[in-house]
Formats: sequence, C-alpha cells, structure tokens
Amino acid sequence: MISDITFGQYYPAKSVLHKADPRIKLLLTFLMIVFLFVCKNFFSLAVMVFVTVLATVFSGVPFKVILKSIRPVLVILIFTTFLNIFYTKGGTVYFEFWKFSVTEKGINNAVFTVIRIITLVVLSSLLTYTTTPTDLTTGLERLLSPLNLIHIKVHTLAMMMTLALRFIPTLIEETERIMNAQKARGADLETGSLIQRAKALIPIFVPLMVSSFRRAYELAFAMTCRCYTGGEGRTRMKQMKLSARDFVLLALCLIACAGVIVLNIFFEPVI
Amino acid sequence: MQEKLIEVKNLTYVYESDDPETKPVTALRDINLDIYKGEFVAVLGHNGCGKSTLAKLCNAIYEPTEGSVTVKGIPSGTEEDGDRIRRIVGMVFQNPDNQIVATIVEDDVAFGPENLGVEPKEIRRRVDEALKSVNMYDLREREPHKLSGGQKQRVAIAGVIAMQTECIIFDEPTAMLDPSGRREVMQAIQRLNKEMGITIVLITHFMDEAVKADRVVVMDKGSIITEATPKEVFSQVDLLRSHGLDVPQSTELCHDLGLGEGVTSTEECVDKICALLGGAK
Repeated sequence: MISDITFGQYYPAKSVLHKADPRIKLLLTFLMIVFLFVCKNFFSLAVMVFVTVLATVFSGVPFKVILKSIRPVLVILIFTTFLNIFYTKGGTVYFEFWKFSVTEKGINNAVFTVIRIITLVVLSSLLTYTTTPTDLTTGLERLLSPLNLIHIKVHTLAMMMTLALRFIPTLIEETERIMNAQKARGADLETGSLIQRAKALIPIFVPLMVSSFRRAYELAFAMTCRCYTGGEGRTRMKQMKLSARDFVLLALCLIACAGVIVLNIFFEPVI
Repeated sequence: MQEKLIEVKNLTYVYESDDPETKPVTALRDINLDIYKGEFVAVLGHNGCGKSTLAKLCNAIYEPTEGSVTVKGIPSGTEEDGDRIRRIVGMVFQNPDNQIVATIVEDDVAFGPENLGVEPKEIRRRVDEALKSVNMYDLREREPHKLSGGQKQRVAIAGVIAMQTECIIFDEPTAMLDPSGRREVMQAIQRLNKEMGITIVLITHFMDEAVKADRVVVMDKGSIITEATPKEVFSQVDLLRSHGLDVPQSTELCHDLGLGEGVTSTEECVDKICALLGGAK
C-alpha cells in the first residue's frame, strides 16, 4: 500500500531532457515558472503551453504518467475555477443568479488560471521525472555554491537532502512493519472517533522515532568509516559538463521568454 | 605470516554513561591480538561479548580507554589519525539499510572514494571494478531499497572495496540476511581474501562461517578465550560449550559419537561415519 509511492518520481528513460545537465534543467524550470506568471494574455500563455508540450513530448515520459502528476492539484483547480467564475466581475454578463454572476472576465480568469496551474505542475514534475534525486541535489549544490561565500554550508544541506531522500522508502517500510506489529497485538487503527484514531497512532510513532534515531546513529558511524569528513577535499565521480545540448535548450527557452514579452506588449492583457 | 597490520595491546574499553545513575560497563578487558596482512580471521562469540566493540576500536571509531590499537604503525587516538586508519581499515556493518548513503547503487559505491578525494575517472574505474567483484555490476543503476538484503550487503561491501583499504572488518554482515543472502555474502568475502588479498576480520556468531577462516578468535565477556585454527578451536567442544557457544554441526556429531575431534567439514564427517560403519561411501 504505502510502499507504492515512488518518491522523487524519477521516470527512467534516455531522452534529451534526461541527458541534459541538471543545473540547466533546474535553472530553466525556474525561469519558465517565473515567465508563466509574466504572461498577461492568452497569446503569451500559448507560447508557454507550447514549450511545455514540446518538453513533454521530448521527455520520453508517457502522457499517462504526466497526467498522474496533475491529479493531486485537481481539488485546487476546481476550487479556483469556481472562485474565479463567481467572484470576478467585469465585461459582458452571461448569467445572473441571486448574488452571483458569471461574467466574461470571470470565465477568462478561470480558464487562464487553470491553464497556468496545469502548466506549472507539468513543468515542475517534468524536472523530477527526468532527473534522479541524486542529480537534483548535486545540481542544487553546484548552483547554490556561491552561498558558501556567505558561510552557508551548501554541501551539508545537499547531503541532508540526499540522505532524507534515501531514507524515505526505508522509513515507509518501517512504518508498515510497526503498524502490522501493533495490529497483531490488537491495536485498533481504523475505528473510533478522530481523537481515538489519532491516539492509536502514538504506539506507531514512538517506536518509529526510536528506531530512526538508532538508524541515524549507525549511519553516522558508517559514514565516518567511509572517511566522510564533510564537503572539503571531496571529489565527484559524476562530473557535470555543459554540452551543446544544454545550450540549445537554454537558447530555446530564452526565445520563448522573449516571445512572451513581445506578445505581452502587442496584445491586450486579460488578467 | 609476516607483517602485522593491526596490533591490539592490553586493550581495555569502558562504556561511560552520561547518566551518573548507570554504572560504566567494561566491554573489553586487557585484550591482546595481532592481525597479520592477508589473513582471514574470524572473531566468534555470542551477543554482548564485546566483539563489535573490538571492531569499532580497530578502525578508530572508538578510542581505547587503556592500552593501544596500532594500525600499520599508526596509533589510534587523535581524530586525524583516525582518518588515516580508516583509509587502511574499512568496515561493513550488520544492517545494510543503515550504511547505504545514496539513492543509486553506483553513487553509493562512489561515496567512499569521493570522500578520499580520488580523481573522477579513477573513481569510475574503481566503482565498476568493485561492483563486478561482488557480482552487482548489472544492478549498478538500481535503487538500493529495491534490492534484497544480500544484494544490499554486497553493495555495502563494494563501497568498501572501492576505497581500496587493505583490511575490511565485517561486523556480523550476515546476521540480518536469509540463507541465500548469507551464502552470497560469504562467497564475496572469501573471494576478497583469496583473489584480492584483502585482510579480512569477520565478526560472527555463526560457526559455519568461522570454519572458513584461517584463524578463529573466541571471545566471551570481554576477553579472548582461545585463538587458533578452526580445527584446533573446534576440537575444544567442551570449552566452547562451557562458554555457551555451539560448534559446527559436523564437529558436534563426530564429537558426540566419539569419532574424533576437530572435524569441520561435512565431507570429513561423512568419511568418518562411513569408516565407522565399515562400508564404502
């Protein structure tokens, strides 16, 4: 059941996006998300949607898998659509009902926001689909390395992220095991009021905490044994090198951004 | 055998507790032990006899309370020396889950050499070689949590091999594995010793594993009871039993039948019984 969750949701394939430098991917995802909010009308938004669709096609990630990433935000999508339709006023009134009115502006807003959120989710999940957690954290470490100058230990943060990612499946497994063990002793986790059920979780969380600390302790030993002394003097097996591919991606994204700005100027804003 | 790799002299280790209520526990009492280069030593004893503590002292995770541990002439004591010692003596722990650091097998194997500051190309070479030597090369891009216990433990072993330490201490590496995982790991350990000439210290409470060593050290209550070849050690069935230890099944059978002492392999046992029955195999 819970172990079905694949964390980091990496989708193994050998596409252009998979091979691209994680630093570039991180930067571009960030840039694209910013420009998603720069869009002021449907024309500029169309550019972003086009880029996203293109990226999806070239990512080698099946459409079904991408759709799965939208599911968690479905509630938010429905909620914002309703709010936008009924509470934004302006333009032609199509429909009126008691205090609510459906207007042109409302519908425009609703459609715009929905497209924007979906694009946002697809873009960011494309990043996690095409980049392994390790690459992602190393990429982040490299990108943030200038922060070392102001004495922020970027390596330590990246190491913590890697370890957290590494131990999520292990801890999920452990939780399942403890739950089963407590159930075998007659613990009732499914019935009763909310408070009763919350209380029933205590005998699961206490052993989980204790064992996590023990794990942490052992892990620290194991890391010391493998001569880990922090970020200093460390090398990396996988070197990151920018290739022509990365520059092409960068150029394409910059062209898209320029397009967004131009279209913003030439057409009326709708939002 | 020639060169001493690890030299333990009059070693005593006491676990001090932060809590003044609990008494300090003496885990090791006046231990003397030499590990020679290229040797395969098994340390035998049941839970709480101090064998894991001894292991942690041998690669300078703990510092001796009294006495000394010297690895290749480097005395353990300061943090800097500890680092130098750990480049010579690697360690594999009992629980494979708690010693794998990365989310991908090959990245984990690379963790050690990366810490040592090895050149990227050389790391790649070492990682591939280490993974091949434990038969895990085909699974190098897998996620560790999707592997079996034996496979995870072999990844952990590859992680130490890639550091190219001269000695590897195994702290009950098979205790949490199923029989097939245990076989895989034992085969890997023996291969390391025979083919790559790595000094092995195997801490275990499985008699069948200890039999495969060149030398067996038996411990109880923080002291060494006896140390000799497996044959000699397992000849002393009564001594081992008085310390609550078992002997390998074939040894026990021959002992109880009065067919002689120090029988350590199944074949030998079969021969003896056949001889007793007066028939051919």
